Amino acid sequence: MDNTRHWPLYEVFVRARGGLDHKHVGSLHAADERMAIEHARDLYTRRQEGVSIWVVPSKAITASDPGETESLFEPARDKIYRHPTFYEIPDEVKTL
Amino acid sequence: MTAAARLEPQALFHYVLRIGDLSLVLGQRLGEWVGHAPALEEDLGLANIALDLIGQARLLLSYAGEIEGRGRSEDDLAYLREQDEYLNAVLAEQPNGDFGQTIVRQVLIDAFQLDLYERMSASTDERLAAIAQKSAKETRYHMRFSGSWLIRLGDGTEESRSRAQSALQRLWPYTAELFAADDLDQAMADCGVAPRLAEVRAAWDARLDEVLAQATLERPGERPHSWHGKRGRHSEHLGYILAEMQHLQRTYPGARW
Repeated sequence: MDNTRHWPLYEVFVRARGGLDHKHVGSLHAADERMAIEHARDLYTRRQEGVSIWVVPSKAITASDPGETESLFEPARDKIYRHPTFYEIPDEVKTL
Repeated sequence: MTAAARLEPQALFHYVLRIGDLSLVLGQRLGEWVGHAPALEEDLGLANIALDLIGQARLLLSYAGEIEGRGRSEDDLAYLREQDEYLNAVLAEQPNGDFGQTIVRQVLIDAFQLDLYERMSASTDERLAAIAQKSAKETRYHMRFSGSWLIRLGDGTEESRSRAQSALQRLWPYTAELFAADDLDQAMADCGVAPRLAEVRAAWDARLDEVLAQATLERPGERPHSWHGKRGRHSEHLGYILAEMQHLQRTYPGARW
């Protein structure tokens, strides 16, 4: 079991079908990129969830700081005019 | 119908059991790892391969039951046959040992099944050809999984390397049986139902040499073999596997999910 502690963490992204974005589905431990793809295939596409997999070392991801949530995201709250909610959408348009 | 129709049905029945039992017994063995693998990710990987193998066995045993024509289902064949009616090569029933031994056994059989299924995809028996096509896709992944693990273990630490090498020495002698063509293998090849084992052997040799070179492991020398699992003469291990696998059906005949 101890060995797994040294296996780095990878984030897994799966494309559900052609034309869609890769979506983050979870993470896993693996010794290298190839093993990460194999594990991702076994863990996250068992039920035909996808047609393509990306794996990214978790340490390569830079995250925003939860402590800065206020300064990063609050200012957007009162700028309602940025939402395109003032348009009349024609009935014929189904997927917007 | 196909050339297979000219064969003795009994011969085809036995041949289909040979390849079906190989998958069934190996799948059952791999299933023993569930909950015990070195990492959660490997646990799922091995279980996936086990399920693929049991799926292949289901297709093949169902077909065998139809060929036999005595109304035996896949379950009857899997759960109610005696040990000497199992026709898998004895390599499949060898114990899991450590993770290295499991991986070595897997590489040896994956490579065999891949080379067999790829050629059997063009079988004159349409049903076998279809099963082989589906199974070849699965087996290509199994080979990728086990092959990359063998390379990692062989070209890894001193301990992983020595364990992988000793597993190779231990299991290699069992591989001869896979390729030892008897009358049944010959008859299947003659009518195009199955590939010639000599051809499969040549492809297997090349595949193994490549993996072993990358894994920096030594290929053991050939030794005469005395195993005849393909004719129902098994090592002492199969009985224990069947006892566990068949327990439920024998205790509660006809039990269903």
